Amino acid sequence: VMFCRLLSVVGRQRTSPGWQNWSSARNSMSAAEARSVALPTQAQVVICGGGIMGTSVAYHLSKMGWKDIVLLEQGRLAAGSTRFCAGILSTARHLTIEQKMADYSNKLYHQLEQETGIQTGYTRTGSVFLAQTQDRLISLKRINSRLNVIGIPSEIISPKKVAELHHLLNVHDLVGAMHVPEDAVVSSADVALALASAASQNGVQIYDQTSVLHVMVKKGQVTGVETDKGQIECQYFVNCAGQWAYELGLSNEEPISIPLHACEHFYLLTRPLETPLQSSTPTIVDADGRIYIRNWQGGILSGGFEKNPKPIFTEGKNQLEIQNLQEDWDHFEPLLSSLLRRMPELESLEIMKLVNCPETFTPDMRCIMGESPAVQGYFVLAGMNSAGLSFGGGAGKYLAEWMVHGYPSENVWELDLKRFGALQSSRTFLRHRVMEVMPLIYDLKVPRWDFQTGRQLRTSPLYDRLDAQGARWMEKHGFERPKYFVPPDKDLLALEQSKTFYKPDWFDIVESEVKCCKEAVCVIDMSSFTKFEITSTGDQALEVLQYLFSNDLDVPVGHIVHTGMLNEVGGYENDCSIARLSKRSFFMISPTDQQVHCWAWLKKHMPKDSNLLLEDVTWKYTALNLIGPRAVDVLSELSYAPMTPDHFPSLFCKEMSVGYANGIRVMSMTHTGEPGFMLYIPIEYALHVYNEVMNVGQKYGIRNAGYYALRSLRIEKFFAFWGQDINNLTTPLECGRESRVKLEKGMDFIGRDALLQQKQNGVYKRFTMFILDDHDTDLDLWPWWGEPIYRNGQYVGKTTSSAYSYSLERHVCLGFVHNFSEDTGEEQVVTADFINRGEYEIDIAGYRFQAKAKLYPVASLFTHKRRKDDMELSDLHGK
Amino acid sequence: MRAGCQHCGRRGARGRVSSGEAARLWLCLRVSLTHPGSRLALLAASRRRTEACACGTGGEGGRGSTGVRGRHRAGLPCAPKGFAPRLDGGAGPRGALLIAPGPRCLGLWLRLPDGVGWFGWPPSSLHPFFPPPSSSPSQPIHRAGARPRPSSAPASPPPPPLMSISALLSMGRCCCRCCCPRGLWMLSAPCCDDRRMCVCPGPRRIGIPVRSSSLPLFSDAMPAPTQLFFPLIRNCELSRIYGTACYCHHKHLCCSSPYISQSRLRYTPHPAYATFCRPKENWWQYTQGRRYASTPQKFYLTPPQVNSILKANEYSFKVPEFDGKNVSSILGFDSNQLPANAPIEDRRSAATCLQTRGMLLGVFDGHAGCACSQAVSERLFYYIAVSLLPHETLLEIENAVESGRALLPILQWHKHPNDYFSKEASKLYFNSLRTYWQELIDLNTGESTDIDVKEALINAFKRLDNDISLEAQVGDPNSFLNYLVLRVAFSGATACVAHVDGVDLHVANTGDSRAMLGVQEEDGSWSAVTLSNDHNAQNERELERLKLEHPKSEAKSVVKQDRLLGLLMPFRAFGDVKFKWSIDLQKRVIESGPDQLNDNEYTKFIPPNYHTPPYLTAEPEVTYHRLRPQDKFLVLATDGLWETMHRQDVVRIVGEYLTGMHHQQPIAVGGYKVTLGQMHGLLTERRTKMSSVFEDQNAATHLIRHAVGNNEFGTVDHERLSKMLSLPEELARMYRDDITIIVVQFNSHVVGAYQNQE
Repeated sequence: VMFCRLLSVVGRQRTSPGWQNWSSARNSMSAAEARSVALPTQAQVVICGGGIMGTSVAYHLSKMGWKDIVLLEQGRLAAGSTRFCAGILSTARHLTIEQKMADYSNKLYHQLEQETGIQTGYTRTGSVFLAQTQDRLISLKRINSRLNVIGIPSEIISPKKVAELHHLLNVHDLVGAMHVPEDAVVSSADVALALASAASQNGVQIYDQTSVLHVMVKKGQVTGVETDKGQIECQYFVNCAGQWAYELGLSNEEPISIPLHACEHFYLLTRPLETPLQSSTPTIVDADGRIYIRNWQGGILSGGFEKNPKPIFTEGKNQLEIQNLQEDWDHFEPLLSSLLRRMPELESLEIMKLVNCPETFTPDMRCIMGESPAVQGYFVLAGMNSAGLSFGGGAGKYLAEWMVHGYPSENVWELDLKRFGALQSSRTFLRHRVMEVMPLIYDLKVPRWDFQTGRQLRTSPLYDRLDAQGARWMEKHGFERPKYFVPPDKDLLALEQSKTFYKPDWFDIVESEVKCCKEAVCVIDMSSFTKFEITSTGDQALEVLQYLFSNDLDVPVGHIVHTGMLNEVGGYENDCSIARLSKRSFFMISPTDQQVHCWAWLKKHMPKDSNLLLEDVTWKYTALNLIGPRAVDVLSELSYAPMTPDHFPSLFCKEMSVGYANGIRVMSMTHTGEPGFMLYIPIEYALHVYNEVMNVGQKYGIRNAGYYALRSLRIEKFFAFWGQDINNLTTPLECGRESRVKLEKGMDFIGRDALLQQKQNGVYKRFTMFILDDHDTDLDLWPWWGEPIYRNGQYVGKTTSSAYSYSLERHVCLGFVHNFSEDTGEEQVVTADFINRGEYEIDIAGYRFQAKAKLYPVASLFTHKRRKDDMELSDLHGK
Repeated sequence: MRAGCQHCGRRGARGRVSSGEAARLWLCLRVSLTHPGSRLALLAASRRRTEACACGTGGEGGRGSTGVRGRHRAGLPCAPKGFAPRLDGGAGPRGALLIAPGPRCLGLWLRLPDGVGWFGWPPSSLHPFFPPPSSSPSQPIHRAGARPRPSSAPASPPPPPLMSISALLSMGRCCCRCCCPRGLWMLSAPCCDDRRMCVCPGPRRIGIPVRSSSLPLFSDAMPAPTQLFFPLIRNCELSRIYGTACYCHHKHLCCSSPYISQSRLRYTPHPAYATFCRPKENWWQYTQGRRYASTPQKFYLTPPQVNSILKANEYSFKVPEFDGKNVSSILGFDSNQLPANAPIEDRRSAATCLQTRGMLLGVFDGHAGCACSQAVSERLFYYIAVSLLPHETLLEIENAVESGRALLPILQWHKHPNDYFSKEASKLYFNSLRTYWQELIDLNTGESTDIDVKEALINAFKRLDNDISLEAQVGDPNSFLNYLVLRVAFSGATACVAHVDGVDLHVANTGDSRAMLGVQEEDGSWSAVTLSNDHNAQNERELERLKLEHPKSEAKSVVKQDRLLGLLMPFRAFGDVKFKWSIDLQKRVIESGPDQLNDNEYTKFIPPNYHTPPYLTAEPEVTYHRLRPQDKFLVLATDGLWETMHRQDVVRIVGEYLTGMHHQQPIAVGGYKVTLGQMHGLLTERRTKMSSVFEDQNAATHLIRHAVGNNEFGTVDHERLSKMLSLPEELARMYRDDITIIVVQFNSHVVGAYQNQE
């Protein structure tokens, strides 16, 4: 039944192509569809949302063999943002995973018409990204070099070439452009209908005019869905509700935070030009002018991302229908000016309509997918930041894989719902943040960019003290962390001006902080790190941890173990340090953004009814990192206890008193490879301990330092960082951490089999450190991350992070080297020999820099000891 | 009235000048069109009445006159076709001469016969492509000198009375209201200050010879008004043009020299002129050379500076809400003042009556000093409040005074910190007020409990004026107070007071300030309803009244040159005992008064034809208006506003400000055919409008911004605003009067509820 009805939609759609007729088709149908068919009482999967996301998930699930699927749509299929979508499919994205999703979508839509027989209006027009400034061109070149290595053709072209591609364009103010010839335009509503139709043929049941009221949850597991037409029992629920996903998430008894928020988005439709534009006219993206322009029925369709977005639906759903949103010409004025500047000849073109279609945005401009950390079986795919059409196919595929296999075939951590916590779910936060995010879509993406809105939410108790001393802050998972400290006499450029792809203005500041870390002692506030405590009455804690972690945790009390929390395929779910506080309690330190993910993972794998206590103590401790050779002196003076390596060996943890404060957890590790200590201080003592440390440290030349210094120290020591360098598809063997895996620790642990097999077969990629040789720090573009790595001229992988090493006086990039077969392109085993025997180049925005590959950190950095005759008078200066 | 072309006598399309808004100079606007024989096309724009550009391009170049007009109003010289004057010095070869006859139009273009030569004025301050006067002052003179003289014109202007600027300045202050009869050339000396009473120069001609060293003051400060240019240019004395400052700061055509009207301008091309002007290269060298020579270092105020000046006196009051509801018919008011005199002579007051319902708001325009307006602003509302008080309350207050108990508060003032009250006289004022209420108690036997607001207002006005007069006659043993009461009495003030109580709005007006009601029509447009009549020569009924009050023999002398006895502009005012007391009384008081008073020429001066005093009254004209929901706001303002802006514009600007603050009517394409270009133009226009609105948080400030800086595009021209505000104290009064504005916003909901109740 459903399919026939669906086809009737499609049929009508086809007979009356074009935007304005679509609504009339809707009207004529609503009466017929009012009487609904009874819903099934149970299904394996219920998908909420009949837009491009919902249909794509249904399509892919059904393709992968899951048949018992119900798709519910509150209104009509493809009637939300999908219907209003401008229909531009663009693969030029900043994240590799997004590029891959868009590329897959492109290929999917291309063959969809053939597969389903439904016209989707797919036209390969290509797109041209204009650069009005050199910085923009750099940004495009970076994208270009990354597109090429994943097999999407694109090239940087001159303004003259641009004029040839599109005769209406004013190219006088351009410095260049990027041409992506395989980008397409497509009717997104038709794509959604085609996907629905194909899914329907595969057995998916589709019901429109059916609203999901809430999802029923029992014991942290989805059990069913309550709709306005009855209940459906199900194991899996997929929230593809677009801009209503946030509200739907909160409607559960156990609310699920899906941080996204809608903004009004406007685009203009015109009547055809006198000589109508050809349907193959490329799409133009003028990011500096904040607009996109595509051909549309002989005229143009042009919209953009303005600087002053209008958030909408903050209070929730029961307000306006999307269809009734007002056009706001005054709001559109800057974009219209920009359009007429770009295409002056359009002045005489007649306006047809200004379309207001709300788009959803997320707090970090990346879409949201994955399983809810709190409720098993609750999946989300939403928050497309106005790229729903481009991501639709790929995102649906990954989510379907995730549901069917338990994990997607690509690493999607950057898009994972678990990167957010409850702290991002405030309506006010979302409203403010999306107002920053929406303009950002066309803003220049420069390295080390920080959001300005929604800040100062989580702070350390030392925040004010540090701020008064010149701290500049960055935010991670809502937590404010110092980047560096501006000395009182130094002026840095304003934020707006310091956006650069070249050497940043804080270079010297961080250098002095790094020097101080190496020669004296520095304090870094690292309170943001996620801290868990696991205790048990018996030995359960150890047993569980031994099963969850790859290293051997059965160590004497007081020892710290670096270890990884692996998944079944041996990939890192979390990379952490665990201190054994007592026989039965462990203290676990993981990266800041692991707070939700790690908690969910532990909860999922811990025995449900044990007397095991897992506690998140992140908020209980302020963490101070004392880095540097004189840290020992400072700490021993403060505690009247010997802190020398004999008494306090490396990777050791002890509760002791510091100053007047007692019960400070002192750990002899610094996360950088430098000598020093981490102090975990109960927050009420934080100010006292900090003050004492600074007072006593004065004579040892103590100073504050920030994360940029830490980062430089860490990367030059080849320390991988979870979330940046390593992820759930990276095994310890691939990043040279064999020593942290105890395959023979006497008991099984998750991922052991995979690791054993990998040990036998060899690894297919290898984490490598590159030292840039001919890179001029002052004049050349700085590496960031995501730069292609070439070995003997062949693409072998991409960098994952980079920093300037003040000791090596070179840039250091970390990245993975693959071994793609020259004939088939298949991945082959990477051996140390393969790494060592190559000539490497790193491609930074089209320029290749020679690099030395290292599999192990530069030894001299650890053994560096100053000799007496190296000392200078300047060493007597305070740092 | 005097709106015809002074060149040909032709009345322009807008030949009528509405009362109160004097056309300063109304030369023929389309000389070239109406007099094709005249080779010289010319425009002189009166303050706001530029019809078309003198350059004649409106006709010849096929250019729309609106565009030209707009340019003039923007303070830019209009340009012949193909020529785009830019302030940055880009200039084409063809042009016209430009004169600035007033603050509105900064220049006049003269298009020379063959369209090859042109002038601008004043060279230094207006256009960078003119030579600064110091570098080549002779150049323009030559060029002008080459022009033929009309045969009928006098050979030279009458020699100006010789009086140096310093001499003039030393004379003291010009009493603004009583000088400047028609035809006078006068320099606005710095206006009255408190210490020295006004000296009216009297019916003397005061011209300032140019050769004084003060010249740069005028020519550099800004483009001075140049009503004089016409004859001067014609007579080849361009040096005068930027030397002579002539000003009429009032509503008089005091500066048009007689020969403008005498002579018909019929120019024939003169060979000498032609030879000079023809070679274009010559012109180009001229401009090019200029461009690189020196750019005059102009001092412009930055927008924040402009804002700080404009906002220095702004005050806003919001009627507080009780239980989240505002039950008053008034939402609140915005008020502001912009001084032109130093110190400012305008005053404003606002207060809530505590013992009766209602709110009082008033603006007071002082003349011959600020003493009177200050006193009135302090005292009048007490007189009104007392007049409105019921008998029992008066008794209660009197009893409290008698027994030394605490008094009932009568008024709650809403004052800007700059609005001060004089402490010294407050006892004296209190005693006078007490006498008043004692009399009210005595008169009222408690029979009629209804108090007529209209009557109360009239009584209060008259009583206060009477008290001012009496206090001056009686004097005070304290010499400071004695001098003060005399200054109050010898200076004058107009008053325009609104009393709002629920839907009842009374406006009591004495003089030429105005109360204007802003009414929003159903279609959203704004219309102005005048709630007061000006008491000046433009008001026929006032003329009538004056004539009736005095013997027939005085019919001609009582109003001369649109002034009372040829001196005073407003026909009703507080104070001004010179127009109220008998000659004997005046002489007696002055003789017995303090020396300072005796030294003051103005006070000693008896108006001419002074036969049957009093000539002046403070009795107000009270109008009543019942508020309707469509009455959105009331603007009370002194004449400084009304002489620069039409009432319709005032209401429109305030209306758009008050509503536009919240929502501008959205545009929808609907079914119309609109091109992208058209839409873009429309949107840009709307945006500029909006941006000027959002600068101000105060409707009165917004209005002042427009009054001073408006270029008639509906937008504020920052450059013009900056120039007007950066005028030195001595000059400011030449370009504008003190402006005081109160904008009262009504609460339509409450007003509507009142209406529904009945």
